Amino acid sequence: MRKAIQKRMEAKKYVWEGAIPLQIHLHESQVTTLPPPPPALILAPRIGYLPLLVPLIKPHFSSTLPPGVDTIWFEYRGLPLKWYIPTGVLFDLLCAEPERPWNITVHFRGYPGNVLIPCDGEDSVKWSFINSLKEAAYIINGNCKNVMNMSQSDQLELWHSVMNGNLEAYLRVSSKLKLATIEDEYTSLCSSKSQQGSGETDFTGQVKTGRVPVRLYVWSISEDFDDWEDLSQVDSWEKISYINRPIEIHKEGKCFTLHDAMKSLLPEFFSDESLSDSKLARVDFEDAQKIPSEDVSSNKVVEDQGQNAYEHREACCISSSAEIKLIRIQGIEPKLEIPFSWLVNNLLNPDHFLHICVCVKVPQ
Amino acid sequence: MMDVFNWDGTVSAKDFRIGALSFAQKWESLNSAFPPWSWVPCPKHPWLASPELFQEEGYLSLENICISRPYEVDIDQNSQTDPGEEETSCSEKEDDIDDATLVQSNHHELHYCDFHIVYSYTFRVPVLYLRAYCSDGRPLLLDEIEKELPACSSKESPETKWAFITQEEHPYLKRPWYKLHPCGTSEFMKLLFLGGDTGQPKLEVVLELYLLSWFSAVGQVVGLRIPCKMLNDRR
Repeated sequence: MRKAIQKRMEAKKYVWEGAIPLQIHLHESQVTTLPPPPPALILAPRIGYLPLLVPLIKPHFSSTLPPGVDTIWFEYRGLPLKWYIPTGVLFDLLCAEPERPWNITVHFRGYPGNVLIPCDGEDSVKWSFINSLKEAAYIINGNCKNVMNMSQSDQLELWHSVMNGNLEAYLRVSSKLKLATIEDEYTSLCSSKSQQGSGETDFTGQVKTGRVPVRLYVWSISEDFDDWEDLSQVDSWEKISYINRPIEIHKEGKCFTLHDAMKSLLPEFFSDESLSDSKLARVDFEDAQKIPSEDVSSNKVVEDQGQNAYEHREACCISSSAEIKLIRIQGIEPKLEIPFSWLVNNLLNPDHFLHICVCVKVPQ
Repeated sequence: MMDVFNWDGTVSAKDFRIGALSFAQKWESLNSAFPPWSWVPCPKHPWLASPELFQEEGYLSLENICISRPYEVDIDQNSQTDPGEEETSCSEKEDDIDDATLVQSNHHELHYCDFHIVYSYTFRVPVLYLRAYCSDGRPLLLDEIEKELPACSSKESPETKWAFITQEEHPYLKRPWYKLHPCGTSEFMKLLFLGGDTGQPKLEVVLELYLLSWFSAVGQVVGLRIPCKMLNDRR
C-alpha cells in the first residue's frame, strides 16, 4: 500500500518538476540600446504561467526599455500567447517539434487588448487560477462551495504552492477541498496493490460524479509529413479549437480508456466505427465481454450529427478519413489504450484540469 | 423521464438550443421595443474545410443596444417599476415609457452594448456575455460599464450579490468580453420553478420556459426588461 502511494507521488512530482527552457528575446521595437541585450534564459515550470516569470525577466531588460508604463505580454512567431494557459500546455500546443530552448519574444508595450485579456501581473493570474479551480470543483462535486469557503490564508498558501512549485504544500491545502480523483476497478489492477483506504490525503477514494474537468486544444494538418518541423506553424488562435468541456466517464463493463475519452469529446473524428459498433453494442448488450461495448453516448452522437442524411454522409466522409496524429498531456504522448483514470490521477494541472493537446489530420 | 423534484436547475446543450430558439421567437413577437435576438451558429472546428457540418452549437445575440442612462428620471405612477429601481432607457421607445422628463446624460456620446447568451458546458446553464462601447467603437472600461449597469458593480462583495461581471474570453469569438457569473444560476432556477406555491410544473414545461425565466432575472441586472405580456404568454 505504501508503494502505491509512493508511485503516485513520484508521478505527481515528475509533473510538478517538469520545466521548459525558455530563451526570451526583447522585441526589437523596445530595444533602445546598442548592442541589443542578449536574450534571457529561464527555466519555466510547466505547471506555471508566463506572467509569473516577469520578476525574473524584467531586471534583465530594464536598462534597455523605453520610458513609460509596462504592459507585458509574450509572443511566439507573431502569435500573442494567452497568459492564462499553463506554460507547458502552450509549449505542447505550439511546438509540434519541441524546440529547446523555446524561443519566445517579450513585449513591454503595445498590449494587444483586442486579442488578450488584460493582465495586471500576479493578481490576474491568481484570479484566473482560482476561477479555474472553482470550475473544476463544480464539475467534480456539483458545486464550488469548497473553493469559495477556503480561508484567505489557505487560498494564499495554495496559490504560493503553485507559484513556487511546492507539491507538498499544494497537496496539504488541496486535500481540504475534497476533490475526488477517479477510481475504478482498473486503477487497483493497474497499480497491482489494493487501494482500500490508502490513506492518501489527496483523494477521498469516493467517486462522486463521473465528470472529469478537461480542456482540449485541437489543431489540424491537412497533409502528410516526414517531420513535425516541416509543418506550417499555428499562426492564429482561430486555427485552434478550444473545447472546455467535462468528460463523462461511463463505468459499465470495460476500462474507460483515453480512446474512449477522445471519442466522447471529438466523435466527429472517429470513423464509421461509431455507427457500426452502436448496432453491435445493442446486439451484444447481454453478451457483455465478447465485443468492446461502446458507450451509450455513441448512439446520441449518431443522432446529433447532421440534420439530414446529406450532412450525415458528409460528416462520415470526414470522420472516416480523419486521423488523430498526436495527443500530448504534460509533454507526454500516451497510448490510446491507457486507462483514462490513470491520466486523471497523475497528470492534472494544479487547477485540477487535464489539459490535452490534440493534432488531427483531416482531408483538404 | 426525470421528474421535476429531482431537477437540479440545469439544462442540456440540446435543451438550451431549443429553448433559445423558442425564447427568440417569443421575444420577436411580443417585445417590439427591442430588436430581435438572433441565433448565431458556431462551428466546432472553424478550420475544417466544411465547418458547417459540426455546427449544433451557437449562441443568442442581441447587439447595439443603447445603455446610456439619463441624467435624471422621474418614476411615473403607472409604470411597473419599483420606486428604488433604476431604469435604463433605450433609444427605441418602450411600451411602458413614463411621462417623466428624461434629461440627456452628461456624456457627449452614447454607450452601446452587445449581449450574447452562451451555453456553459461546465455549469450546464446559460451565461450572459456582454461588450460595451461608445458610438465611435471605443470599448468601455469596466468602471464605465458599471456606471451604466450599476447592478453589475463589483464593488459589493460576491457573497452578498449573486451577479457580478468579470472579463473573460468569449468561448466562440475568442476575444475579451465581459461575463456575468453563473455560479448561483442552477440554484435560483430551481427556486424560480419550484419555490412558488402554484403547484409543481411538468419538467417539459420547465425546460421550455427555462430561458425566458432565466432572462427575466438576469436581464434586469443589465437593464433589459421583459414586458409582462411576454412572461404571461403561454403559447
